[in-house]
Amino acid sequence: MDIVDILLSASFWAAAIRIASPLIFAALGELICERAGVLNLGIEGIMVVGAFAGWMTVYSGGGLWAGVGVAMLAGMLFGLLHAVLTVPFGLSQHVVGLGITMLATALTYFSYRLALPEVTSPPKIEAFQPLPVPVLSDIPVLGPAVFSQTPLTYLAFGLVIAVSVILYRTPLGLALRAAGENPAAVAAQGLSVGAIRIGAVMAGSGLMALGGAFLTMSAFNSFFFEMVNGRGWICIALVVFGSWRPGKTLIGAILFAAFDALQVRVQQTPLGADLPYQIFLMMPYLLSILALVVMSRRAQVPAALMVPFNKGER
Amino acid sequence: MRLEPVAQPTLIRTIGLPALALAATVAIASLLAMVAGAPPLSVLGLILQGAFGSKFALLETLNRATPLIFTGLAVAVAFRARLWNIGAEAQLYAGAVVTATLGTGALAWPSGLLLPSIASAAMLAGAIVLLVPTVLKTRFGVDEVVTTLLLNFVVLLWVSMLLEGPLKDPMGMGWPKSARLIPEARLPRIVEGLRLHWGFGLALIAAAVIWLVQARTTLGYEMRAVGLNRAAAKFAGIPVGPVLIKTALLSGGLAALAGFSEVAGLKGSLTLDISPGFGYTGIIVAMLALLNPFGVVVAALFVAGVFVGADSMSRAVGVPTYLADIMLATALLLMVLALMLTRFRVRWA
Repeated sequence: MDIVDILLSASFWAAAIRIASPLIFAALGELICERAGVLNLGIEGIMVVGAFAGWMTVYSGGGLWAGVGVAMLAGMLFGLLHAVLTVPFGLSQHVVGLGITMLATALTYFSYRLALPEVTSPPKIEAFQPLPVPVLSDIPVLGPAVFSQTPLTYLAFGLVIAVSVILYRTPLGLALRAAGENPAAVAAQGLSVGAIRIGAVMAGSGLMALGGAFLTMSAFNSFFFEMVNGRGWICIALVVFGSWRPGKTLIGAILFAAFDALQVRVQQTPLGADLPYQIFLMMPYLLSILALVVMSRRAQVPAALMVPFNKGER
Repeated sequence: MRLEPVAQPTLIRTIGLPALALAATVAIASLLAMVAGAPPLSVLGLILQGAFGSKFALLETLNRATPLIFTGLAVAVAFRARLWNIGAEAQLYAGAVVTATLGTGALAWPSGLLLPSIASAAMLAGAIVLLVPTVLKTRFGVDEVVTTLLLNFVVLLWVSMLLEGPLKDPMGMGWPKSARLIPEARLPRIVEGLRLHWGFGLALIAAAVIWLVQARTTLGYEMRAVGLNRAAAKFAGIPVGPVLIKTALLSGGLAALAGFSEVAGLKGSLTLDISPGFGYTGIIVAMLALLNPFGVVVAALFVAGVFVGADSMSRAVGVPTYLADIMLATALLLMVLALMLTRFRVRWA
């Protein structure tokens, strides 16, 4: 199959949108944290927690949306731990974030082994099914690609709009952005920088967990070790690529996912058969690094990112 | 709440708080052991016994500590200059690949010449792997945390590619594994008959050398200055970019020695699983050691002991080995908190 044929097929774009969905959730989550001034390197581990919590809820008899709720709550709990250590205590966001990733991953694997001591092939769940949107799903190409996805994908796109509106059109969003740009000004307005940042990290971590839950509840339908596989780190690159803006981050996630979907398809062509498959698997990571190099010069980094705020100190 | 500097921390504060952090870690581990249905005291006892309780256990712990000393030093050197090298895993594998490439017969030299050559080449490879993100940082302002993290995945895939291609052992029954190293390329045992190779000795020497560099050389002083306050260091005329590059070369080289020592010392050949995350665990080791080179040796022994002990505990009572990872992550988070609280007092206002 020719690459042009691939790019014009609806199934290719459907795959790209599906691959983009977990990245959209998690990258939005990271964006919210960073906009408030906190780098959250716990993202990778929080996605693991979300993937497991959502799957486990459904596996033990809960509903799909209950699974989504449990995953988000679990993510927010780790977000709270991250926020308490980095905001009021002002500890290194690098060290705490990596520690949270290690702790969250280890606790998840521990729980999985306790819950299912002797399984060799991970059990599947009845996951979210595609829900074609009436009328819209009949549009050629666009219909099957965008409007025949699972409900979680629609939620991801809805959240991009919601987060944009909240960030740029509400007092809450203004306060959140200010906490990441000029916390002293926020404090001068009588608002609590600490409370805004803790709230932002918890909300963002909830979204990261939702991104993880997408993997088990809408993509692979079961939980296995190392399934997040660096997606969290890629999301951090996507936020930089998107200059800390929800819309641009969405575009970055879709471009990235399209590329990922393309490499899977090129692997099956005669060209792909000649190259080691590892070359293709490397591409997403190399592409993320390239995106960082291209965008870092122009990036509008939140001015107070990674700067702890201790009221009364100057 | 507010944080207020403590002018003169008391001894109780400086010793007591870190001790409290360790005690809390043990308490959390006990709680999880109970959740897993095992008596907590016996679980802790089994971990201790499995790590240090016999000659065999102790040697196993020393062997496990060896790569952790190298990666711990790599992270400590980098973090001290505030170069966030989260890529020790990739640098370790780069060193391991070079060792497997040069040590399987490509160079037929006597041991005394071959081993130092391979070690130097391995260090060079690790240094280059960290040089890339460091130059991207100094030249283009790209955050090195994300690039070093992403490179871990790239390098691991590259090793996988080599092990299924040029480095694959033709006698390996199809397993992705390199040929065995020639005897001249193997690190000898420290004492004949004891399963402990010279990689451990090399790790101790590396710790001493790093201490010397940090405490007694201009470079050590410059690295500290760059880490404490980049702007001030620049103002004082310290060439920040070149210092970061030198730091990267040193750090990447140290991490690569972990790969060299595992392949030439412990394993004798390269597989894709020679490191169960030694690069990442090196971060825990370095932080628990307060970035001090001799502290790294002690912390690596502690961390290795937890892993080795948890393995043997898990075989005995069936509590998942991931308890070790939980304990270490908890210890890391509580320790950085405790260390901060030795210098600051919490004021509720």
